[in-house]
Amino acid sequence: MSLTAKDVAEIVRLLEESSFDELELESGDLKLSLRRGEGGVAPATVSREKTKVSEPAVVAAKPAPKGSAPTDPNAVDVPSPLLGIFYRAPKPGEAPFVEIGAKVEADTVIGIIEVMKLMNSVRAGVAGEVTEILAGNAGLVEYGEALIRVRPT
Amino acid sequence: MPIRRILIANRGEIALRILRTCQRLGIETVLAASEADLGSEPARLADRTLCIGPAPSAQSYLKPETIVQAALGSGCDAIHPGYGFLSERASLARLCEDEGVIFIGPTSAQIEAVGDKLRARAEAIAGEVPVAPGGPAASLEDAVAMGKEIGAPLLVKAVGGGGGRGMKLVEDLAELPQALSMASAEAGAAFGDERVYLERFVSRGRHVEVQVLGDGAGRVIHLGERDCSVQRRYQKLIEETPAPGLSDDFRAAIRAAGVRYAERLDYRGAGTVEFLVDLDRQAFYFLEMNARIQVEHPVTEEVSGVDLVAEQIAIAAGEGLRLAQADIRLQGAAIECRINAEDPSQGFQPSPGTVREARWPSGEGIRVDTHIVSGSRVPPYYDSLMAKIIAHGADRAEALARLRKAIAETHIEGIKTNLVFHAEVLADPEFEAGGMDTGFLQRFFGRKAALAEA
Repeated sequence: MSLTAKDVAEIVRLLEESSFDELELESGDLKLSLRRGEGGVAPATVSREKTKVSEPAVVAAKPAPKGSAPTDPNAVDVPSPLLGIFYRAPKPGEAPFVEIGAKVEADTVIGIIEVMKLMNSVRAGVAGEVTEILAGNAGLVEYGEALIRVRPT
Repeated sequence: MPIRRILIANRGEIALRILRTCQRLGIETVLAASEADLGSEPARLADRTLCIGPAPSAQSYLKPETIVQAALGSGCDAIHPGYGFLSERASLARLCEDEGVIFIGPTSAQIEAVGDKLRARAEAIAGEVPVAPGGPAASLEDAVAMGKEIGAPLLVKAVGGGGGRGMKLVEDLAELPQALSMASAEAGAAFGDERVYLERFVSRGRHVEVQVLGDGAGRVIHLGERDCSVQRRYQKLIEETPAPGLSDDFRAAIRAAGVRYAERLDYRGAGTVEFLVDLDRQAFYFLEMNARIQVEHPVTEEVSGVDLVAEQIAIAAGEGLRLAQADIRLQGAAIECRINAEDPSQGFQPSPGTVREARWPSGEGIRVDTHIVSGSRVPPYYDSLMAKIIAHGADRAEALARLRKAIAETHIEGIKTNLVFHAEVLADPEFEAGGMDTGFLQRFFGRKAALAEA
């Protein structure tokens, strides 16, 4: 994977709009570090290093998940698309949509978010294997809060 | 029912203003914030902050279901909507009523009653509150006949409009039929409601509004009036209380009319009844009622010593009116400047960005309502209000002197503000004299332009 100037500009914009001061992005053999300084964001270092890791790892400029650091460094967060009540199963008493170890596709439903009796399906958005379940069943989740983690394949 | 935890469904200075009163009263706060506001001062100071959605208001602050879900999911007894956003959407108040969450404001029925201009006007007539000559017309013939009766110039107003939106000026009655069909089509497109009505155009008018508190059972008190005639394109920039230069009788009459209007609705909570004062006819007409706390409420708080947000909360909690009219003592005068992230030298264009340094004024009689500190961001998604600087004094002259000094002391770096504009207006002889009509700013800009050319 390579980054164009446009990609970097887009990433800088994301950082500027976020509440974070630093962003690190690693993708394949590319590592990008951004730090906010006086007068906005300036790219600090862009380095390339040859590693055998081929799966992308993303540190998103999103509200930090409330749980611990990912147990699998290559896993990515699946953020909640809405504020609402998160349900892991289609109905009470039924089996959860996904458990740890489950294989998901981008369009696999991983849970439901209820907003005032309106049920919204949440999809994984990424293909891979579920490594962690972060959000509890029937609890309030915020917009952007990490619900589960998936190691992309 | 006592209120223990409040969801603040707003942002910026008003979110912080509500939060401060909650803290003083020992009420827990949950802030509903968009992704763009997670790093704001209100988010830092709230007991809990919930991210309700991405930055654009339509996907966060303007979603009633999300707001009520956030309140229910975080164990809040009540929702304070602030001003703007969902504060005057009957849908939020109704959802709260259905779900058993206290809405800190009027009932959904009251919001609907004052939100429909024609209904609001009919309520005024029924309550013997003066309205400008005019009204709805059933047919074109009726409209033309009514136009002759009112006389030109007159306004064609959209029923769904308000705050200066959805109005058409007709200077020659021959243009009335064409203006009517155009205004109706535009109103349909802008507000989803094609209904329009006619009203006399007041060429020299002042905007005077009465602050009221109602217990929801028919008892209403007032906390004096505010003059908000310093407006640019219907945007208020400087407000003050008392309204300068009104006779005692006139002032008493306009206050009583505001109270009468709210009484007729059995109004609950804090509200403002707006009037247009016709300087040529020495009359006043009902404009609209704002069913919420207003941006300019601090000037009233400064002269009355009443915390309006605390009274809103008490009324919502079922305590009724804790103050009688005789308890309200209005002392001195107060003036407020709205400090916006706008560039006066570029046509008041919004100037969002990061505030590198913010130094706000202090001193006797000075109050600053703001959420901006050094390092704060003014996101481009919302209105540009950064702060309200309010000066209170024993009289208008003292308040004005203090405000001039406070504006001069204020220092903002990193983004453009309208501070210079305020300094110039406060130094203007016409402003110093007081009692200007709403055409003041246009004359002020004209004088400035003439000076620049000379």
